[in-house]
Amino acid sequence: MRYIRPLTIEDAVGQLAGSPGTAAILAGGSDLLVRMKGGFVEPELIIDIKAIAALSEIRETAEGFSIGAAVPCAVLGEHKSLRQAWPGVVEAAKLIGSKQVQGRCTIVGNLCNASPAADSVPALVAASARAVVAGPAGKRTIAVESVPTAPGRTSLAKGEIIEAILLDSRAPRSGDAYLRFIPRTEMDIAVVSAGVNLTLDEAGVVKTARVALGAAAPTVLLVADAAEVLVGSRLDEATLERLAKVCAGACRPIDDKRGTIEFRRKVAGVLAGRAATAAYQRAGGK
Amino acid sequence: MNFDPRLTNRSFTSVGTRPIRPDGIDKVTGRARYGADFNMAGQLVGRVLRSPHAHAVIRGIDTAKAEALPGVKAVITAADLPDLTNGDGALYDILDNCIARKKALYDGHAVAAVAAIDARTARQALKLIEVDYEVLPHVTDVDEAFQHGAPLINEAIFTEGLEEKPVKPSNVHKRTQYGHGDIHKGFSEADFVIERSFRTEQTHQGYIEPHACVASVSSDGMAELWVCTQGPFVYRQHCAQLLGMEASKLRVTSSEIGGGFGGKTHVWAEPVALALSRKAGRPVKLVMTRDEVFRASGPTSATSIDIKIGARKDGTITAAEATLRYSCGPYAGMWAEVGAMTAFACYRLDNVRTVGFEVLVNRPKTAAYRAPSAPMAAFAVESTIDELAGKVGMDAVDFRIKNAAQEGTRASYGPVYGPIGIGPTLEAVKNHPHMQAPLKKNQGRGMACGFWFNFGGQTCVDLNIGMDGSVSLAVGTVDVGGSRASLSLVAAEELGIDYAQVKAIVADTSSLGYNDMTDGSRGTFSSSMATISAARNAIKVLRERAAQMWDIPADDVVWEKGHALAKGEKYGNLSPLSLKEIAAQSGTTGGPIAGHSELVADGAGVSFATHICDIEVDPETGATRVLRYTVVQDAGKAVHPTYVEGQYQGGAAQGIGWALNEEYIYGKDGRLQNAGFLDYRIPVCSDLPMIDTQILEIPNPNHPYGIRGVGETSIVPPLAAIANAVSNAVGVRMTHIPMSPPRILAALEASTSAQKSESIFGKHDA
Repeated sequence: MRYIRPLTIEDAVGQLAGSPGTAAILAGGSDLLVRMKGGFVEPELIIDIKAIAALSEIRETAEGFSIGAAVPCAVLGEHKSLRQAWPGVVEAAKLIGSKQVQGRCTIVGNLCNASPAADSVPALVAASARAVVAGPAGKRTIAVESVPTAPGRTSLAKGEIIEAILLDSRAPRSGDAYLRFIPRTEMDIAVVSAGVNLTLDEAGVVKTARVALGAAAPTVLLVADAAEVLVGSRLDEATLERLAKVCAGACRPIDDKRGTIEFRRKVAGVLAGRAATAAYQRAGGK
Repeated sequence: MNFDPRLTNRSFTSVGTRPIRPDGIDKVTGRARYGADFNMAGQLVGRVLRSPHAHAVIRGIDTAKAEALPGVKAVITAADLPDLTNGDGALYDILDNCIARKKALYDGHAVAAVAAIDARTARQALKLIEVDYEVLPHVTDVDEAFQHGAPLINEAIFTEGLEEKPVKPSNVHKRTQYGHGDIHKGFSEADFVIERSFRTEQTHQGYIEPHACVASVSSDGMAELWVCTQGPFVYRQHCAQLLGMEASKLRVTSSEIGGGFGGKTHVWAEPVALALSRKAGRPVKLVMTRDEVFRASGPTSATSIDIKIGARKDGTITAAEATLRYSCGPYAGMWAEVGAMTAFACYRLDNVRTVGFEVLVNRPKTAAYRAPSAPMAAFAVESTIDELAGKVGMDAVDFRIKNAAQEGTRASYGPVYGPIGIGPTLEAVKNHPHMQAPLKKNQGRGMACGFWFNFGGQTCVDLNIGMDGSVSLAVGTVDVGGSRASLSLVAAEELGIDYAQVKAIVADTSSLGYNDMTDGSRGTFSSSMATISAARNAIKVLRERAAQMWDIPADDVVWEKGHALAKGEKYGNLSPLSLKEIAAQSGTTGGPIAGHSELVADGAGVSFATHICDIEVDPETGATRVLRYTVVQDAGKAVHPTYVEGQYQGGAAQGIGWALNEEYIYGKDGRLQNAGFLDYRIPVCSDLPMIDTQILEIPNPNHPYGIRGVGETSIVPPLAAIANAVSNAVGVRMTHIPMSPPRILAALEASTSAQKSESIFGKHDA
């Protein structure tokens, strides 16, 4: 096993592209190291990206935020304007693992681990977040929802590394929220989850909406029909009931050790409604 | 040995105080040495190859490639642990569980092991071992295994305990029955009868420290084992027998223990580590991974229980019946039998019958788990009792008080009770402010009772008095719950000296006579009895030495408050001699001063508890939150009340996890799906409220200080108390543990749709 610590993203991409065997990117290591210790993976090359200075930064510009791939989730929670603009994304990132894990883990790692139950991913998808991908052929920017393709698999090509996540600056009267169901209070993994992002018009009616569900299908689900239900409403009881029904219907869950199909369908709808209500209130709706 | 263990009326100076625990600083600073913290020069890393199949014939094992790998020093299979059990079936099962012989009987069953120079080499070696399996049909569910036609786990099992020996083998190892009176007559006298069936899933003790040991076998046949265990003497016995050694040639030293709860009363990896060391000629350290701990050690039984209880309108129970099916893993056990003994132990019953069936399944061997078998039986009985109280129209506590066992009651499992604590715990609960606290919407309160036998057993201690007046107490019961502090308090009490003068240690198997394990809540009960006895023997020596110093007859010297006193007016000018003063002169008065004791501690007083639980249920998701929890339990005499409270809280915490989320989940392939703490959900701190405790002290007449064991009873009531609370919160009787959110939500939906169809039916009728 070889461990390297490149200083530039170009070097990291070059090393990754040129590695003949199995290689892994190390940021926080909260997935990789656990899997190595458990004997599930034995990568021949480990590329630690934490020494690439730009990857440990949150940059705020007129367009929005750029969150480097090595920024730990706990740091998102300490960034005041990010927390104000995207409270749903930040609360999702701060649900991962435990306090200690949040000091290491990253949202890019969470995304690239490609677990359907990843906490930050539905919130990022609801937020229309994009990923900046650096690769041998240069850089490209893609929608976050196009990264995971199946449990444990991503659309990234050989040699590609996600260097940052981009979030737009916030329109007025906007709010987002993320909720997950776990049987415990913490240190757990989502049985099912929902992220909702809303913008209201001046009258408090939903103008645009995005609804994403986690652990409800092999990859994160962006539920366009659910957004349609919300647009034009003030989140009255009938709307929330329809939202729950549409979300339950959109799920393609499995029975497994964490929950049943019926449970996931029902609770996906419940959480979507609760997350929508929280997002609506954050957007200033009453 | 002339020791009177009877309760004496006395006041206490040390016993009942709360000094800081002697092992605390080392534990919180990481200095304490647990099983994996011991190292020897030249030690190898041991790893175990485990069956991926739930049930398979082992046609052959080819270890040649693994043995050829550089760095591998030994590879063993069942052939390296030949059968020396000489017809002892129970011992054979232990051997077969340590390393499979003809068949792999569960996912995770050990089939081979390696010792190599490092972990990486050992892991690689495991991959090079080729096992030729013939996969057989398997059965992991207790009810399915009970049925005729289920895949047969052991063709030599013909159900014992039936009137006629069956002609065909089955998975039911044994039927047992307890009770008295005539239940048919009893049920015919009942105005109300409730019949219910219950299920509980399999849980693990969940000790944070995995099984770990270092084994070292010398070329002269002497061996040492450093191990995390609840019983070094029993481990020595089992390991020596399985390896064909004389027990005296194996010295076993127990480490600090990061939780056992019954799971560390069984040997698993230790005979394998010894066999590896014997073959490699070097010490071998073997530490289980968490995955191995779940797949191959522990768990308690999964159960399926039917209960029938009848009562008159006035609330008198007229008859009670239970049928209990407990999974044993692939080997014979007596888990259902213990469930059958404990099921109705809280009640005064004229007509009672309990029947237990031991059921073999393709799961890891069932191990003891804190009051083994009792929590599941209590869940089924106490749920039914609660429902019956409602039917009779009585308060749940009053109904129990009316039917509670008393001194003189013949227990459902046979004996007649002495003074017991069930009535007092119920009265304490009835008067507890918790019972009157208001509840909000979606909240429910439940209460339940529990019983455990407690155990005494073989015990041996040494009490040595140093020349500086310090007392060192060597005990043979491993300290799993604070016994070093408690036993030091007892020694200080009996000698009349300060607690700080006493230091207790856990001795190894070559330093002390045989001790039974720390199980059955016996550690403090039995070792305190032996400590008192040893202290009294030391006092006799101290008196003799004082007499010698004074040159008077020993009979004229009495021991009071840590001092020798010369008795009688003629000695008026002799000032008392302290223990320290006598000890300082011991070199010239006859040498070291010590007291020894070996005894069988009889008369462990039975133990009862009653718990109260408030819970809130989210009706849309089935999520639960324990809001408030109170434990009331009889301790006989609480030696160190903080530790006693800790035992009460710990049992409740484990019970809460068991009741709400913990379960072994098997796939259709017979493989365990959740062998880790991520998906085997023990509670985290934020899941639990502060657990309130109330210690009652109803002295045990068979112990000088009235002490009873306290470690286990606290896990007996929680499943039932929480099930009653959830049932009261949601209005649906919960009959399946754990009450995970999907199960609660499914029960709620089933109840809603049943109500809907009822109301439609009603309309048609009208």
